[in-house]
Amino acid sequence: MFKLRINGVEREVSAEPDTPLLYILRNDLKLKGTRFGCGEGNCGACTVLVDGRAVQSCDTPLWSAPGHEITTIEGLAGDGGADSLHPIQQAFLDEQAAQCGYCINGIMMSAKALLDANPDPDDAQIAAALERNLCRCGTHVRVLRAIRRAAHALRAKGSP
Amino acid sequence: MTGAAMGLPTSLKTTPRLDRWVRFNADRSVSVYSGKVELGQGIETAIAQIAAEELDVPLDWVELVAGDTTRTPNEWYTAGSMSMEVGGSSMRIVCAEVRRLFVEAAARLFEVSQNEVRVKNGAIEVPGTDLRTSYWKLASRVDLARDVTGTAAAKPPAEYSSVGTSVARRDLRAKLTGAAYVHDMELPGMVYGRVCRPPSYTAKLKRFDVAAVRALPGVVSVTVSGNFIGVCAEREEQALLAIDAARAVAAWEERAELPASTEIREFLPQLASTRKVVHKKESAEGQVAQRLEATYSKPYIAHASIGPSCALAHFSGDRLTVWSHTQGSHMLRDQIARAMGMPSTSVDVVHADGAGCYGHNGADDAALDAALLARDCGRPVLLQWTRADELAWSPFGSAMVVRMAAALDAGGRIIDWQHEIWSHTHIKRPGWGEGVNLLAAWHAEPPHPVPPAHDNPLPAGGGDRNALPLYDFARQEVVYNFIAEMPLRVSALRALGAYGNVFAIESFMDELAAAAGADPVEFRLRHMKDERARDVIAAAAKRAGWKAGEAGDGTRGRGIGFARYKNLSAYCAVVAEIEVGEKIRVRKVFAAVDCGLVVNPDGVRNQIEGGVIQAISWTLKEAVSWDQQRVTSRSWETYPILRFDEVPEVEVVLLDRPASPSLGVGECAAGPVSAALANALQHAMGVRARDLPLTPERIARAIE
Repeated sequence: MFKLRINGVEREVSAEPDTPLLYILRNDLKLKGTRFGCGEGNCGACTVLVDGRAVQSCDTPLWSAPGHEITTIEGLAGDGGADSLHPIQQAFLDEQAAQCGYCINGIMMSAKALLDANPDPDDAQIAAALERNLCRCGTHVRVLRAIRRAAHALRAKGSP
Repeated sequence: MTGAAMGLPTSLKTTPRLDRWVRFNADRSVSVYSGKVELGQGIETAIAQIAAEELDVPLDWVELVAGDTTRTPNEWYTAGSMSMEVGGSSMRIVCAEVRRLFVEAAARLFEVSQNEVRVKNGAIEVPGTDLRTSYWKLASRVDLARDVTGTAAAKPPAEYSSVGTSVARRDLRAKLTGAAYVHDMELPGMVYGRVCRPPSYTAKLKRFDVAAVRALPGVVSVTVSGNFIGVCAEREEQALLAIDAARAVAAWEERAELPASTEIREFLPQLASTRKVVHKKESAEGQVAQRLEATYSKPYIAHASIGPSCALAHFSGDRLTVWSHTQGSHMLRDQIARAMGMPSTSVDVVHADGAGCYGHNGADDAALDAALLARDCGRPVLLQWTRADELAWSPFGSAMVVRMAAALDAGGRIIDWQHEIWSHTHIKRPGWGEGVNLLAAWHAEPPHPVPPAHDNPLPAGGGDRNALPLYDFARQEVVYNFIAEMPLRVSALRALGAYGNVFAIESFMDELAAAAGADPVEFRLRHMKDERARDVIAAAAKRAGWKAGEAGDGTRGRGIGFARYKNLSAYCAVVAEIEVGEKIRVRKVFAAVDCGLVVNPDGVRNQIEGGVIQAISWTLKEAVSWDQQRVTSRSWETYPILRFDEVPEVEVVLLDRPASPSLGVGECAAGPVSAALANALQHAMGVRARDLPLTPERIARAIE
């Protein structure tokens, strides 16, 4: 039995210690917004936050997760309620920064880690923060625009 | 059929009954049924916009049902940039006719003339009176169980309120907050399925230890049939461990059967082919001043979607339901039925969204995998492909070699034009042509033979798509050397042969312009009569600030490429600005597009931006690799694609043509981008690279 803290809530799961966190999130906890892309930590579709850092959940074993604060896309908006959106999600919708959308949640998690650490990143810093995220539909231009928009919104709001 | 009905889109000839397309629900919503499915291109929103517009109901009252064999019209595949041209126009015709029937019914009810009746927000009323009803109140008086006639006038574009506006995508909020894809579906009792594919195309299974895999924790079933191996397990990580174990205990016999060379230009024309002149135009040849010849090539390219293929299959008694991100639910249903020896009437295929689809990928194969495993284990199966299988087992876009030859007269006019292609088929979809085109059907016992390849004929074409020049050349000949053999599995990838043909044509146009001492933009316009083509070329050049005679500086350069996709669809001209250091860095891309009536401008821009960036990735980085036995590009490390620190700014210019029919835009940018980049490299460094991709190694080779 492992005790995890996910999106601010204590959860208990029972699985082999080496189980990738990705499958615990998706199948045991029904947090399906974290996506399987490669299983090798190379594409970023499964990115979640572990203590605020962007981490690939497909190569994070379950045993390493207890004692850390884990955030998935479902927890991004925080306490705002089920229908609320985080300013990053709002910015992505405002910019229609998605085509198939499959990679976007992982990208938004990387963006969240970046903007928490650096509220006013330049384009090179944004691109560097997305070093481990791939997009195949070619939505990159909109993604970069959405992150700049989110940064602006968060600065205007005064807190990330 | 009446005269009007004769001219209806194919979809309406197949499914003429109005109530198969539109139904009014008790809760004041309206369901519309489409065979064109959401693949990440935003079609669901655009078709709903068309329905809302013609019916005059608010967009959010429209529910779109798509790609469900139990409910929707068969609109063939969602492919070829035809969804707006066929699916969109079918929906427009149907909804216009439904609206007219309701207006007629209201006029009878109120005893007024039809001209006095207005429809607004779903209300049907006579303005200035209290005579008022609605689609829902009238629904019992209007029988939609009748065939479309195609005689109702659609709304004039000047009266559009939703069409032509950038309505936000209806599917995105769910995708950006949680569960949304077939990958995320669950059914009670569901197990997780994985397939252990052979290591190479024709590998034969020699030995396999079923018991060793069956004994692993959580394993529910192990399927071994011929060369097909699959497992189902209670938990997903257990399925992963079981399939790893299966790989370890499977002994395969493999053959060294793949081409010894991976240089497309070397081996492709050596394969057996049949030569066909697909286009010829003769006229008096002028005085030849000079002749040029050049040969171009493009590699096999992978779909490389971020989400590997997935399907959910469930047997209820003898009835099979498969949820799939297929492009053609009805064709897939029939193919699965044949592969499994079931009647088609016992199989339902329901489209569920998947990761980005750029053509015939592994979606259909995964659907049959799931069905086979579900039959074996007796429980619903969520079947997930691996990254390696997605990259190595999905069909690839076919490699091509294109040899160009042309003659210029003394005035710098092209008077003779020869275009010769070597390629495989560019379409081998399940349900297209004979036989069964699904991997597991070839691997499982009794195996279905791999059907022979045929390519899609002109005018749309396959390997010869866009091979006919849109330019005005006195003498033209296009030859297609069709290679029936396919050492690698190939089928439809975004743009089919247009990518390679436009790369060759538009690169060669720049080579000829240089030989004629002409500016590339002026040289193109010199040979182009089509006004819409001239307009997009001029628009791209203008927006890019193109200056004739401007020289590259050794590192920076710019280039242009143009095509009208399929010679039938959207017009697109692209100017690319690049900087060459250790590798090509694309700084800015301008794309001018004329796609007729724009239903959703932001949706169109999104498609073009994506098409541009994906084509940059293909052109600069991508090639499938192999050794003599196996495909070796099986991970993001061995098949790299464009990354966030490599993308340019992209500016899209839409030419407004509301009076012309909508033309699909999903594929129009690919060819023009490839040539614009090669032409920009030539402009920057004076180096002509004719073999894709334009990697540092290939550029170095071109310099030598």
